[in-house]
Amino acid sequence: MDRRTTIKWMLAAAASAPLARLPHLSAAQGSGEAKPYGTDPRLADRTYAPGDLWPLTFTPAQRQLATVLSDVIIPADATSPSASAVGVIDFIDEWISAPYPEHRDDRKIVLGGFDWFDAEATRRYSKKTIALDTNQLHAICDDICYLPKARAAFAEAATFFARYRDLTAGGFYTTPQGRKDLRYIGNIPLPRFDGPPLEVLKKVGLA
Amino acid sequence: MPFVDAEAAAKRNYDVIVVGSGAGGGQMAYTLTMNGARVLMLEAGRKYDPAMETAMFQTPEMAPLRGSGTPDKPFGFYDATVDGGWQVPGEPYVRSSEEHEGRFEWWRARMLGGRTNHWGRIALRNGPYDFKPRSRDGLGFDWPISYEEIAPYYDKVEMLVGIYGSNEGLENTPDSPAGCLLPPPKPIVSDLLIQKYGRTLGLPTIACHRAVLTQPLDWKNSPAKLHPGNAFAQGIIARDMQRRMACLWATPCGQGCSVRANYQSTTVHLPPALETGKLDILTDAMVAEVILDKHGNATGVRFVDKHAGVSREVSARVVVLAASACETVRILLNSRTAKFPHGLANASGKVGKYLMDTVGSDLAGQIPLLENLPPHNEEGASGAHMYVPWWQYKTAEKLGFPRGYHIEFGGGRRMPQYYTSSGMEWLTGGSYGAKFKEDARRYYGSIVYFAGRGEMIPNEDSYCEIDPAVKDKWGIPVLRFHWKWSEHETRQAAHMQKTFADLIGAMGGRLQKPAQTDGAKAIAPGGSIIHEVGGVMMGDDPQRSAVNKWCQAWEVKNLFVADGSPFPSNADKNPTLTIMANAWRVADHILDRMQRKEL
Repeated sequence: MDRRTTIKWMLAAAASAPLARLPHLSAAQGSGEAKPYGTDPRLADRTYAPGDLWPLTFTPAQRQLATVLSDVIIPADATSPSASAVGVIDFIDEWISAPYPEHRDDRKIVLGGFDWFDAEATRRYSKKTIALDTNQLHAICDDICYLPKARAAFAEAATFFARYRDLTAGGFYTTPQGRKDLRYIGNIPLPRFDGPPLEVLKKVGLA
Repeated sequence: MPFVDAEAAAKRNYDVIVVGSGAGGGQMAYTLTMNGARVLMLEAGRKYDPAMETAMFQTPEMAPLRGSGTPDKPFGFYDATVDGGWQVPGEPYVRSSEEHEGRFEWWRARMLGGRTNHWGRIALRNGPYDFKPRSRDGLGFDWPISYEEIAPYYDKVEMLVGIYGSNEGLENTPDSPAGCLLPPPKPIVSDLLIQKYGRTLGLPTIACHRAVLTQPLDWKNSPAKLHPGNAFAQGIIARDMQRRMACLWATPCGQGCSVRANYQSTTVHLPPALETGKLDILTDAMVAEVILDKHGNATGVRFVDKHAGVSREVSARVVVLAASACETVRILLNSRTAKFPHGLANASGKVGKYLMDTVGSDLAGQIPLLENLPPHNEEGASGAHMYVPWWQYKTAEKLGFPRGYHIEFGGGRRMPQYYTSSGMEWLTGGSYGAKFKEDARRYYGSIVYFAGRGEMIPNEDSYCEIDPAVKDKWGIPVLRFHWKWSEHETRQAAHMQKTFADLIGAMGGRLQKPAQTDGAKAIAPGGSIIHEVGGVMMGDDPQRSAVNKWCQAWEVKNLFVADGSPFPSNADKNPTLTIMANAWRVADHILDRMQRKEL
C-alpha cells in the first residue's frame, strides 16, 4: 500500500468510524452493578456511549437540573450549541456513575451540589432550580462561581460549581461541535508538516 | 514458525531464549535472528498486533469517559498499553513507604512489545561523560564501557529504528554520523517562542530526537551498514523498511501506530525478526526462574503458561533476560539453588541494588502571546519537536547538585481533551456562560508545559528485593521496593522549578502557582517517570557488580541481561535508545561467542 492510498484509506476509516457503533445498550439491560471496563477493553473496533458499560444514575428530575446548570455554564451562542444539546448531560451521568474512585468522589460532589442548588433556590425564591428565571439563576451562580472569592457559607457550593463546570467543559469540548468552537484543526493525515503559517509568526513577533 | 504455543516451544531446540519483548528483548531478538540464531522469545502478556488494534483516529467522544484515564487505562482509554498500568491485577508489588518521598511506582505493560507500545519516543544518546560519571565527580559508578565502544551501536539503532534530530555539536550531547538521523519536524510556534526567550537565559533549544519517521527510511543504503556482509539480513530489512510509512502528522504516538511510523518493538524489531523464520514468540508466558544444570550453567527457564495455569520449562544454549530492570531482578532473585541460595548473578549481593529512576519535576505556564492565534494545525509528530539539553556543564560546581537535566516541553492547539478547558479559574476568575466560552477560546493553545528530566545518583537506599510473604496469582514471589531521594536529586528538582518559572516569566507568561522551592516536594515519586534502570549493574569487578561489561553474569557464563538493569548510572537522557544500543552490542558478543563455540 503506498502512502497516498493509505492516507485515503485512513480518511475513510476516520469518517466511517461512528457507523461502526454497536447497538446502544440501555442502562436497564445491565446487571445494575457498575463494573470497570478492565485493562484490555476493545479499542479500535467499537465506540461507546454513556450507559453502554455501566448503568446511569440521573433521575428525570436530576437530568432537568443538570441541563439547567450545564447550559448556564455553556449556553448556545452564535458559534456553537449549548452543552446539553451535544450530549454533555449523558456524559456527566456516565462520569458520576463510573466504578472508579475518582468518579465515586465526583458522584458525591455532583449529587450533593444538585441538592444544595435546589435548597438554595427554594430558600431564596421559593422555587426549584429549573423554575428560576435567568436573573435568579445567575444570582446564585455569581455567589459560587469562584471559590477564592466566595463567602465562607458558599465554599462547599463553590467547590461543586468548579467541579461541575470542569465536567461540563470536559464533555462539551470533546465533541465535534466543541472542537469546532475552539477552531481545532487536526486529526487528519497530512502529506507533510509545514509548521506555523506566516501570519501566526507575525502575531507573536517571530516574523 | 512465528507464534507458538507452550508445548511446541518445549519441544524445539533454540540457541537463545529471550525473556521480554520490549526495547531490549526486541533488539536482542532482532540482532540474533538476523544473524541466523534460533530464538525463543517469551512474553508475559498477550499477543498484540498494532496494525489491527491501534485506535489511531478515534476521538474522545467515541470512548468511555471521553477517553480520560482510569485505573484500568491510566494514560487514557486509547493509550496503546493493554493489560498494564501502575497496578496489574493479580500481580502486586510491595513498597516500604507510601509517603511521597519514599514511594516507588512501578509501571508495567503485560503485552507483546511491553512498554515500547506506549513510550514518548524520545531517543537521546548518552554522551561520553555519561559513561564515566564517577571519574568526573566521584559519585556513583562508571560504566565498564566508553561512549566510543557503544557509539557504533547507537548509529545502527538510529538507522534501523528511524530517529529524527539534528547535530548541534554541543558538549556531551553527541552528534550522529551522516545517514543516521532523519530530519527533525518543523517547530511549532510555542517551540519557537521558547527558543527565543530561552536564549535570554542561556538555554539552547534544539531539535529533539524522537523515534518517528519524518520521511521513509533509507532502505537503499542503510541495510548494508546495518548488516555488513549479510545479504540475508540486508534483504529482509530493506523490504521491511519499505513497508513502514512516514509519519502522517496526526494522532498521538502513545495510542500506537498502525502504519509503523514510530518505534514500537512490535512495529520495528519483531516484524523483520519474524521474517527470518528464526524467531518463535510465546506470549502469556510468565517467567518465574532461570534453570541451571549441575555445573551451574543455565539450561533454560521455567515459566507459568497463563492459558493452562501450569509451570513449564523451555531450554536453550543461552538465556537473555530483558524483562525490564525490576522484572529481571525479580527473576534472578527468584532463581535460587543450593549453589546460589541468594539468587543468580548475586554473589556480590548487588542484584536489586542501585535502582534508579529519572529526576522529574513539571511546571506549566500560560502565555498571553499564544492567545487567540489564527487556527492552524499544530499536531506535527505528536511529541516534542524540540528540547533543551543540559546546558550547564561549565558551571556545574556552582549549582549545589551534581550532573544535570534536560527540559522537555509541550504546547499547541492539540486535540481538545477532557481536561483542556478545565481548572481555568485562575485565569478566568470563575467565568461561566458566554464569557466562559470566550475564555475557553482565548486560552486554548496558550498553555505551555515544562518537564525536567534529570540524572539520579544511585544510592544504597533505593533498591528492590523479594518480599518474604507476598506472591502473585501465579505463585511467584513479588518485589518489595525501597526508595530514597538524596539532596543531589531534590536540589536538582528545585532548580528545575526555578528555571521553568524564569523561562515562563521571560516569555511574559503567568504561573498558576509559584514554583516549588522545596525540592522534596517538587520531585516526582520514584518510578513515576518510568525510566527505572539498574539492579543488575555491569562492572569490571565481580565483587561489586552482577554482570561483566558484556552484561554476562559473572557466575553463569551463558546468562545475560539486555534491558535497563545493567545500567551503572542513569543519565538525564531517556534510557530507551541506550537499552537498544547496548542490547545490540551484547547480541553481537553472544553471536561471536556462539560462533567460537564458547557458549
